Amino acid sequence: MALEYDRLNDDTIAAAATGLAEAGIGIIRISGPDAIGIADKIIMLRQRNRDERDLFSGKKRKTLFGMPSNQIRLAYVVDPKDGRVMDEVMVSVFRHPYSYTTEDTVEINTHGGVYLMQTILELVIQNGARPAEPGEFTKRAFLGGRIDLSRAEAVMDLISAGNEFSRRTSMDELRGSVSDKVKELRKEVLYEIAFIESALDDPDNYSLDGYPHKLEEKVTRIADELKELIIYAKEGRILKEGINTVIVGKPNAGKSSLLNYLCGSERAIVTEVAGTTRDTLEEKVRIGNAILNITDTAGIRDTEDVVEKIGVERAKKAMEKADLILFLLDSSAGIEEEDRRIADLINKEISRGKRCILLLNKTDLPSKITQKQAQDLFRFPNPKPSPESSEKRINNYRSITFLTCSLKEREGLDRLKKLILEMFRAGEIMEKNEVFLSNLRQIHEAEKAEEALRLVIKSIQNGLSEDFYSIDLMNAYTFLGRIIGEAVEDDLVEEIFSRFCLGK
Amino acid sequence: MSNNNAYHIRTDVCVIGAGHAGCEAALATARLGLKTVIFTMNTDSIAMMPCNPHIGGSSKGHLVREIDALGGEMGKNIDKTFIQSKMLNKSKGPAVHSLRTQADKAAYSASMRQVLEQEPNLEIRQAEVINLLVEDKEDESGAVHPAICGVVVHTGTVYECKAAIICTGTYLNARCLVGESITETGPGGMQRSTSLRDALERLGITTRRFKTGTPARMDGRTLDYSKMTIQKGDDVVIPFSYSTDPKDVQIDQVPCYLTYTNEETHRIIRENIDRSPIYAGIIEGTGPRYCPSIEDKVVKFSEKERHQVFIEPEGLSTNEVYVDGMSSSMPDDVQQRMYRTVPGLENCVIVKNAYAIEYDCINANILKQSLETKAVDGLFCAGQFNGSSGYEEAAAQGLMAGINTALKLRGEEPLILKRSEAYIGVLIDDLVSKDNREPYRMMTSRAEYRLMLRQDNADLRLRHYGYRAGLITKEQDEYVSYKEEHIAKEIERLKNTKVGAAASTQEYLRSIGTSELKTGVSLAELLCRPEITYDMLSGIDPDRKPLEKAITEQVEIGIKYEGYIERQKKQIEQFEKLENKKIPAGIDYDDVLSLRLEARQKLKEIRPSSIGQASRMSGVTPADVAVLLVYLEKVQVPSV
Repeated sequence: MALEYDRLNDDTIAAAATGLAEAGIGIIRISGPDAIGIADKIIMLRQRNRDERDLFSGKKRKTLFGMPSNQIRLAYVVDPKDGRVMDEVMVSVFRHPYSYTTEDTVEINTHGGVYLMQTILELVIQNGARPAEPGEFTKRAFLGGRIDLSRAEAVMDLISAGNEFSRRTSMDELRGSVSDKVKELRKEVLYEIAFIESALDDPDNYSLDGYPHKLEEKVTRIADELKELIIYAKEGRILKEGINTVIVGKPNAGKSSLLNYLCGSERAIVTEVAGTTRDTLEEKVRIGNAILNITDTAGIRDTEDVVEKIGVERAKKAMEKADLILFLLDSSAGIEEEDRRIADLINKEISRGKRCILLLNKTDLPSKITQKQAQDLFRFPNPKPSPESSEKRINNYRSITFLTCSLKEREGLDRLKKLILEMFRAGEIMEKNEVFLSNLRQIHEAEKAEEALRLVIKSIQNGLSEDFYSIDLMNAYTFLGRIIGEAVEDDLVEEIFSRFCLGK
Repeated sequence: MSNNNAYHIRTDVCVIGAGHAGCEAALATARLGLKTVIFTMNTDSIAMMPCNPHIGGSSKGHLVREIDALGGEMGKNIDKTFIQSKMLNKSKGPAVHSLRTQADKAAYSASMRQVLEQEPNLEIRQAEVINLLVEDKEDESGAVHPAICGVVVHTGTVYECKAAIICTGTYLNARCLVGESITETGPGGMQRSTSLRDALERLGITTRRFKTGTPARMDGRTLDYSKMTIQKGDDVVIPFSYSTDPKDVQIDQVPCYLTYTNEETHRIIRENIDRSPIYAGIIEGTGPRYCPSIEDKVVKFSEKERHQVFIEPEGLSTNEVYVDGMSSSMPDDVQQRMYRTVPGLENCVIVKNAYAIEYDCINANILKQSLETKAVDGLFCAGQFNGSSGYEEAAAQGLMAGINTALKLRGEEPLILKRSEAYIGVLIDDLVSKDNREPYRMMTSRAEYRLMLRQDNADLRLRHYGYRAGLITKEQDEYVSYKEEHIAKEIERLKNTKVGAAASTQEYLRSIGTSELKTGVSLAELLCRPEITYDMLSGIDPDRKPLEKAITEQVEIGIKYEGYIERQKKQIEQFEKLENKKIPAGIDYDDVLSLRLEARQKLKEIRPSSIGQASRMSGVTPADVAVLLVYLEKVQVPSV
């Protein structure tokens, strides 16, 4: 429990202040001692009369530290890892104590949209903030004394409502299999800790001979199961928000036919969400349970030929943002230089975990490309799907999958749709829509738990003794507990006494 | 003050009870310059070991080391009187290495008595304390509190004092149970004390009943050791005390023996379970789960086919042996039958029955972290009376109560060890903050930061505190500073000394059984390999200066486990932030409007000294802690 409070005012938190919803505008709020510093890592203020390239090179850059309080400025969100611009935003800085939370606060007005906000929020977290708990901004406002003590009673209601809410939502979301799963994994971890502790406390009675090997197997399995939950959660998010899809291929490979086919035949939802200042256009297409956001960066109403019109550079950008790349090869034309260039780009994306389907189009015409030739374009041919674990299954799709089709004859296209649904586990996950770790905080805790378990495995492999495992096992136990909102307290001592016969 | 006609004796400190807590407490106050009287029901029971014959063991060994580092006596005394010594968990990491010794009970007790007798400021008095005298004392804010001003013994004599430390162990209103037989005695047939409970109640201090048990003592000559496995001590004995010369502890050791219970033992127990006073409902006290009687083990762990039994000598001057693992409160006949089913014990002759003992103790939640009662100024409590169990736990509290009594009388701040600094800190914090419903035993799993709380670095952690209190000499303290400095320097040197992949180096590495280098590395990196020790690196470390083992051991641990130590230090940093947020003693929890009722009651009862302590209390939620934090920000609370 103590772990919860120590974070009260010493760290910086971030969350979507407007709720993650499909709306025209969404605000991401960062609050805490390092709010400005963290935001400054990812925000580039737009400066008048400056070449944009200068702006991003960091030369004579205006920082957020120099920005006056309580004003709003045009800026870009840039991923510091690769300098990629993610969104054009409006940004405000509120300095301690004149902010909602009384702490230094930065608010980023984004272009809304769940996926975009999520991506920016994740970037903020990667750069040092922690996902806020439900109601935590209000809690900080309270702790900062912004809200009068005479209203403390009312505020406490709010805070406990916040806690209650988080408990209830987490219980709602976890009701059923996932909650049971986390509890079960947690129990297994606790059992192992208790066993180690008992053996250390009473070495005459409990031997640890051969134990590390058994533990390694068990912890590996638990970590894998956790990984699966995390993947489920992330896949689930993609599904909820739509699969960002890009169609690539050289001119005349059949891109527009594919787009038209996908839009035309299944116009369950087709909306055009034009960003207010961005030159992008999204086609939303429903396939079974999944929504594809087919993004085209070519410009308004230009839905054709990414490569043709905007060149390889733009195709590259589109692919970076995508969850799914559909690559069309004209089988009647043979493999050309342009195909190779696209394939190289795809190789890079696949190594980052993207999924790609290669469509060998025009099977109605005589083929000049063998499957082998097509496969040789890629460094990551698809391994055989194995039924062992869904993690493996999902990872298998983190590579390229081949399909042959004829858009003209409408052949092989049902298989394409089925494949997309399968790749993103749409059927399975949508059914469990209510039960996976759906908020970022939970995913974050699950990831920390998994990391702690991997450290245990590392300690075992490095030949360290049992007492070292328990440090990280205990951390894993704590993080798992936070997912389902259970207190740690004296569980361990209880477990030791109930399971193991100790003492004289 | 009442009873003006009584004979009055003036002293500084009265210590009530001369067990392991009382001895440490009295020695501490006396050594810190206070005139001290220690009361015992019987001078023959000073530092008596009424249960098992060992000192140390997992986590308890750590406590003994810490007591020694702070200037206590237990480590020195066991070094003089042990008959077997073993470092437990040697194959494990350094944090769980733990020293356990078998004591010669009579010698231990006699030796401690001698130390007490020789202490200039200390007077031993055989008498039962029957009353506590208090007077009203005004604090700075003008509020009036009761403060201890004397104790009354059974003869009516009044000992006027400035402070008193209660260490009655298991003697207060004790009764011993063997089957249906109940005797009103303290441990080992000693006379119990009775009157203090009423005296405490008059001061608003209520007691509760705890229970513990002990196995039979047998005539060792009647056992057949050929049917058991011999258990010997270590070849090279490491002393408990930093002051003991390791040469002095390389003695001829006495072995213990291992045997097992079996189905037949368990059958006899099961068939007679209704004759056990616990299962028959005669015992009202709460017993410890970690020290189950053999009846408990058989009932609760029915799937276990056998339980270990260790036969341990009680001393060199007696034939009695202790039957570790088979404590019981079964009637005589059942005890005899069940013991005789154990291989090697077929013809055993019992000298003393196994028995259960019930006694009065307090809920330590009524104490401050300094072990002073919140209700009565100058009244301290320590040992089993506080709801703990074990000699080492008792001694640790006794020492801290003694030190804090002296600090209080000197007008200084109490010495409160943090959970991140010492097992003693964990022990006392758990006792005064948590809801303990059974006798509390130290366990390594209770210490969150045990990687830092090793038995090998107790001096580095605690010597300076001992010096500031006055129990550690300047020379001893300076040695620790010297050690610290050289450890840091040597770690630095190893990190900065690179070795290349020269042929001679490769050959040397092969010769010590490790793989060759691919590129140049530092000596520190090499030392991180599990198979390599500091000493092994000497062949490729020409600049090495001779250093004491105590220093190189720390260097090796510091380098080998650096990643883990860093992770633990981070956890400690987080933890200490909350510990350092103090709650002023003058806080009125009724004034903190938004607290939930349960939390308010708990906080009023325990009165935690820091936000950290409050956060560990059962019944206090994160929201309550948040309310408290805001309140403390907003309101100037008198610190009293």
